[in-house]
Amino acid sequence: MLTLLFFALENPMPSVMLRKREDGKLLFYVAKKDLEETIETIEFDSPEKWGGEVVLGDGSKYYFEPMEPAPKIPLTLQAKRL
Amino acid sequence: MAAMTREETEALIQEVLEVYPEKAKKDREKHLAINDQSLEKANKCITSNRKSLPGVMTIRGCAYAGSKGVVWGPIKDMIHISHGPVGCGQYSRAGRRNYYVGTTGINTFGTMNFTSDFTEKDIVFGGDKKLAKLIDEIEVLFPMNKGISIQSECPIGLIGDDIEAVAKVKNKEHGKTIVPVRCEGFRGVSQSLGHHIANDAIRDWVLEKRDGDDSFPTTPYDVAVIGDYNIGGDAWASRTLLEEMGLRVVAQWSGDGTIAEIEKTPKVKLNLIHCYRSMNYIARHMEEKYSIPWIEYNFFGPTKIAESLRRIAEHFDDTIKEGAERVIARYKADYDAVIAKYKPRLEGKRVMLYIGGLRPRHVIGAYEDLGMEVVGTGYEFGHNDDYDRTIKEMGNATLLYDDVTGYEFEEFVKKVQPDLVGSGVKEKYIFQKMGVPFRQMHSWDYSGPYHGYDGFAIFARDMDMTINNPCWKSFKAPWKTEAASEPVKAVA
Repeated sequence: MLTLLFFALENPMPSVMLRKREDGKLLFYVAKKDLEETIETIEFDSPEKWGGEVVLGDGSKYYFEPMEPAPKIPLTLQAKRL
Repeated sequence: MAAMTREETEALIQEVLEVYPEKAKKDREKHLAINDQSLEKANKCITSNRKSLPGVMTIRGCAYAGSKGVVWGPIKDMIHISHGPVGCGQYSRAGRRNYYVGTTGINTFGTMNFTSDFTEKDIVFGGDKKLAKLIDEIEVLFPMNKGISIQSECPIGLIGDDIEAVAKVKNKEHGKTIVPVRCEGFRGVSQSLGHHIANDAIRDWVLEKRDGDDSFPTTPYDVAVIGDYNIGGDAWASRTLLEEMGLRVVAQWSGDGTIAEIEKTPKVKLNLIHCYRSMNYIARHMEEKYSIPWIEYNFFGPTKIAESLRRIAEHFDDTIKEGAERVIARYKADYDAVIAKYKPRLEGKRVMLYIGGLRPRHVIGAYEDLGMEVVGTGYEFGHNDDYDRTIKEMGNATLLYDDVTGYEFEEFVKKVQPDLVGSGVKEKYIFQKMGVPFRQMHSWDYSGPYHGYDGFAIFARDMDMTINNPCWKSFKAPWKTEAASEPVKAVA
């Protein structure tokens, strides 16, 4: 029961919409949490490999399964909360 | 009254919260905030999109209101069935003033009420058969409808009717788009979830109808106006500006809109979002699936209009950029005249707002163009991302209130003493009886349009005739005014 409640409050695998802002920064948007943050750093960010650990503008960290080659953005992905 | 300092505002919030029991106070405290422009993120100062407390007066609506009333309702050539008991549809019928062109009852159905009128029998035995019969009857009586949406009211979800199955069967039978929308009123905390559900229903049942069909001739200047509901003709006032600068408006979502326009929207080059709250979901979806970029714009007041037109033009070539400048120059004399006429009458007046959707932040620019100041604003059903966008628009140390209760709003107005309150019809008569000038900012108080340069002239006139109305001077009973103490001269 407690775990269920935990999942309801804080889904550790949120579905994230990624899009490029006009200034070129990546936006990290979770509809269910009204979370719209910029991605400040990303572990792998090259045309060949993309993903890994990302740090958001508010300091929180998420993890994307690394993808090869880099995906086309905008895109919805599952992220893991770290 | 001079602008309040941070400490005064803080003291005011604490004073208002004083009457609540401990638990309610703790909850409401999170929804009341003092604006601080230095903050980047609203979640540092305000909590939003939470369940209202039982026992307080909230102004919010339900998911059905968000779907049927806001998003689907204005699509004029579809029939929107209020599926369930008769009240939800009848009491919300034709109240929103989303204008459209067409012959009602023949090819457009905007102000009509279609309902399955549930009775006890339907709750007990299920209403799917009745729904199927209703759709057949609609096809006979209104053959020129272009589609049907089934807007669920609360009982549909509670008794577990399968409206999707009925929609699929009837779609095969009649060959028309039939959209089941699971917008039962009890879902979510406000109408906001209804917007989301309605957007998802458009995404799943309508948007992809013309995928792979390139028969629609496109131009490089195709745009869609999204989230303009044509209240009092708003979308028309916006559309003329866009067309004048050389763009082609393919679709209006959803004021004066049709289902054909919605199906064609994936072919446009840019989506223009006016009401971010109710339609950002579909814009994000189209960006991902069809790679259509989207931008937010604001057509309230000349400063914001010019800013928005230029920002829209940046997404296109030089002809559009020149077009934007041409439009701004063409209307300059008009809006300068409006400002010259009304600014002296309105300068320095203070406004408090409490509305929904986009207006708590979008209309601030229009008031500022008239020399007025917005000293408090709040959203009925806004989310964090709305407040993120509001912080920069509002002055420092002004009040922000989320899902404000009837009591709190009255107390704030008593203490802050604004010259104008802008909110909905439920608040109107309370404040008018308190002697505070009031404008309905949901329906433009039966006036409008307020969008665009033409709308700004009407906006300015309306604010002037409300604030400077002579009736506010007659508010005190004659025998309580000072003049009454002078001896009355006998009339011969």
